[in-house]
Amino acid sequence: MLRFLTRRVIGAAVILVIISGVTFFLFFVIPADPARLACGKVCPPETLAQARHNLGLDHPVAVQFVSWLGGIFVGRDYPGLGNCPAPCLGYSFVNRAPVFETIIDRLPVTIALTIGASVIFLTFGVATGIIAALRQGKALDKIASISSLVGASMQIYFVGTLAMYFFVYQAHIFPQPKYIPITEDPVGWFNGLLLPWIVLAIIFTANYTRMTRSTMVENLSEDYVRTARAKGMSGRSVVMRFALRGTLTPIITIFGVDLGQLIGGAIITETTFGLQGIGRLSVRAVDYSDLPTLMATVLVAAGAIVGMNIVVDALYAVIDPRVRLS
Amino acid sequence: MFLEVNELTVDFHTEDGVVHAVDRLSFQVERGTTLGIVGESGSGKSVTNLAVLGLHNPETAKISGSIAFDGQELIGASRSSMEKLRGDRIAMIFQDPLTSLSPFHTIGAQIAEVYRKHKGVSRSSARDRAIEMLDRVGIPQPKLRVDDYPHQFSGGMRQRAMIAMALVCDPGLLIADEPTTALDVTVQAQILDLLSELQEQSGTAIVLITHDLGVVANTAHNVLVMYAGRAVERGTTHEVLREPRHPYTWGLLGSMPSLRRPVDLPLAPVRGTPPSLIHLPSGCPFHPRCDYLKLLGKEVCAGDRPELSPEHGHGDACYLTLKQKAELRERPVEETK
Ligand SMILES: Nc1ncnc2c1ncn2[C@@H]1O[C@H](COP(=O)(O)OP(=O)(O)OP(=O)(O)O)[C@@H](O)[C@H]1O
Ligand code: SF4
Ligand SMILES: [Mg+2]
Repeated sequence: MLRFLTRRVIGAAVILVIISGVTFFLFFVIPADPARLACGKVCPPETLAQARHNLGLDHPVAVQFVSWLGGIFVGRDYPGLGNCPAPCLGYSFVNRAPVFETIIDRLPVTIALTIGASVIFLTFGVATGIIAALRQGKALDKIASISSLVGASMQIYFVGTLAMYFFVYQAHIFPQPKYIPITEDPVGWFNGLLLPWIVLAIIFTANYTRMTRSTMVENLSEDYVRTARAKGMSGRSVVMRFALRGTLTPIITIFGVDLGQLIGGAIITETTFGLQGIGRLSVRAVDYSDLPTLMATVLVAAGAIVGMNIVVDALYAVIDPRVRLS
Repeated sequence: MFLEVNELTVDFHTEDGVVHAVDRLSFQVERGTTLGIVGESGSGKSVTNLAVLGLHNPETAKISGSIAFDGQELIGASRSSMEKLRGDRIAMIFQDPLTSLSPFHTIGAQIAEVYRKHKGVSRSSARDRAIEMLDRVGIPQPKLRVDDYPHQFSGGMRQRAMIAMALVCDPGLLIADEPTTALDVTVQAQILDLLSELQEQSGTAIVLITHDLGVVANTAHNVLVMYAGRAVERGTTHEVLREPRHPYTWGLLGSMPSLRRPVDLPLAPVRGTPPSLIHLPSGCPFHPRCDYLKLLGKEVCAGDRPELSPEHGHGDACYLTLKQKAELRERPVEETK
């Protein structure tokens, strides 16, 4: 297990370096000059050259990439701008601060948004899936499959905008979504995120209902479930201990994908609800040609997806002994 | 009588129509004896025994008749009383031990679970009991293997583990649904020997379902031959194998190596295909495939349904006279065609 994890973490690190490299070179060919931005409105050529030098832009791109990479581990010094301690993801001349600080500032928003929504859609999705599977063909099953079809065809910006319009601006049921750190005011934190959570849950629950229902139906006809019944296990324990057990693997598979997507693709959600997370940060970085920040948000997104993959693979082994031993 | 099944009928209501899977089937099993149930695929062997355990979905399966187990009527019994019975007094083992064991739980946990459920003992004594059972069914190093998962066991060992699980509560009745079909020949023999040995020790009654009359010959005291959900012949193993009376039984025996046929005759499965259980043939359900129909005429064989006769002892459901049957069975199959 440990060997497996080490191997996967090393693999993930290699992938992330490759992604960073590709992004780095892509941004390098974009006709935006960070030095010009750093230098300000009125920019005499000497100052520009100085800024260029301070940012290290006068070196070949490969050298720049290596210094950027090195900064993550040992930090960097930007003459005239300040020190950027490790892990240094670059210095943003738009925010006038090391990129890492901004990321650390924004990440909790995205994570809170993701985790809160996940708790809701996992609980509801799996529960409705089980119920639908146990009542195949009955009214509840049909309601569940219709609503999951409807849910699955919804888009965040559509449902989110509607919800904002009706529940926030018209009916004033929910406050304007905002992020208050949980350490400052737990109730405010909860209320501020509740609407986005619910909207995300409406969209994502459908997947889990469908997946749980179909694997559950399949599992209920498995031989080992019949064996469990043949040994006198009660209906409830047959469902929970045997049939449900087999649905965990596919649920975790899609959950891993969804989590990576929620963190990596937070742009739409955060823009819809006006929350200042990583997604919004990346939009702003594009607007201001803030390449170091943009780089970092790409890295966070990639890291979330790659990281989720490792977690999912490790969970497979925990759930299924057949995976554990092979 | 320990298990007495009377006029058991199981119908499945499906989209295509009503499947008459078991039709007025009666049989009995005495304590400490083995009843072999044989018949082609789809003849209703599994459906019959799942009905004994009450494992059919009540929404699709309509069950009538009577199943008396040690004096207790099982048809219509409450769910909780069936749950108490299953695994404790009636146990079942299935054809494929790999898919029949949960891949997510250790062998030991699966055995201990049954024991705890029915005997209400502590975790550790249930575990000790699981180890003891694994030892009894001949798993080497049971103390180590108790924590293995099914996929770490070989096919034969898995079936041994299934047997350990089935017998952990000392059931009075064990239903074995093709317990050796998925195993290779040498392992098959070992498993059957094990079953007989355990039966001698504990006096368990066994219902052994199989396609294979050879298996029956070696292990069963009595035989029930099923065709299209009905009993077509029953008797002691000796009677049915030595003096088979029903043309379908002849067919089954003809499809077996060595028992009746000269070795140089090629093996042939029973000619024709099993009938539709939705639109059953009238009269004798075997008549569309029967070589002897012409001796009696279609009016007879396709007329009224032949009942098992005589009522007790060696009986079969065919209109041929006993004399005709005695003559015909001595002739090789080829001659009559
Ligand atoms: N739940 C069900 N719904 C509809 N039909 C069923 C159901 N279960 C069994 N049957 C039908 O009942 C018939 C008898 O099936 P059964 O499983 O008892 O056969 P079997 O004698 O055990 O055959 P095999 O040797 O292949 O195991 C088959 O035609 C089968 O298709
Ligand atoms: S009753 Fe007729 S058709 Fe049926 S087995 Fe006997 S001879 Fe054949
Ligand atoms: Mg069967």
